Amino acid sequence: MLLLAGTALAIVLLRDLFAVVMLSAIFSLLSASLFVLLDAVDVAFTEAAVGAGISTVLMLGALALTSTREKASRNFQLVPFLVVLLTGGVLVYATLDMPRFGDPQAPIHQHVAPRYLNASMREVGVENVVSAVLASYRGYDTYGETMVIFTAAVSVLLLLGGGRKRSRTELEPPEEAP
Amino acid sequence: MSPGLFNDWIVIFLMMTGFYTLITRGNLIKKLIGLGVFQVSVFMLYISMGKVEGGTAPILTEGVVHYSNPLPHVLILTAIVVGIATLAVGLALTVRIQEAYGTIEEDEIRELGGIE
Repeated sequence: MLLLAGTALAIVLLRDLFAVVMLSAIFSLLSASLFVLLDAVDVAFTEAAVGAGISTVLMLGALALTSTREKASRNFQLVPFLVVLLTGGVLVYATLDMPRFGDPQAPIHQHVAPRYLNASMREVGVENVVSAVLASYRGYDTYGETMVIFTAAVSVLLLLGGGRKRSRTELEPPEEAP
Repeated sequence: MSPGLFNDWIVIFLMMTGFYTLITRGNLIKKLIGLGVFQVSVFMLYISMGKVEGGTAPILTEGVVHYSNPLPHVLILTAIVVGIATLAVGLALTVRIQEAYGTIEEDEIRELGGIE
């Protein structure tokens, strides 16, 4: 977890965007291993594939089309830092009321989850409870999720495809060069 | 101040790091990466809430009594996929801004009259 914190700090401080993208892939991979430790194996392999894989590829593609260097700005800005500190302080204060880590009596473990754990084998017949909930009990959510992906794919195609056509007709040549 | 909240505090630290990147950095790609850091830390918050002491992964096996809570896992699976979708749209917008203004730095775009 401290490794994660270090990686996040390096992401803020570095200016070379290529290095930052690589660090964010490392960040994803570290968080995936954390998810394994926290028993969330399905989440871990999705995070490793999507967070460290696909999003890195997307970022590198975007970097290739834009610039890999961040413009130097002031490294430390007081007002945003204070805002962040204040928000963090309020959140830490809120955690004092949270149930302790791993507590089996926490409210989250009392209500719906036991039913899924007990009945999903009989009702769905899949050993993996996460898949059972994802595909059967919450099938509509997953359907909505695929709609989100579809919308995102369409808007990316519209943004990029339309952009290339317009830049050929309207914009001056120097702005065309990536 | 019990050690049981260590996870939450690291999560909050990561969240605030992402938030700081998001509000102070002018570079649009850097902003998106900050958003990603924030997002992953929220995932960690949920997953660590689902952990049960002495439990194992929620895959039904003979002879195991305690499982971690599968519900946060399902929610976060959905959230990861939605996150990649927003990231893709954000990056596409960035590329489009680069094509139109020739820069992805917020202040330079503002000087060009892009944002009032």
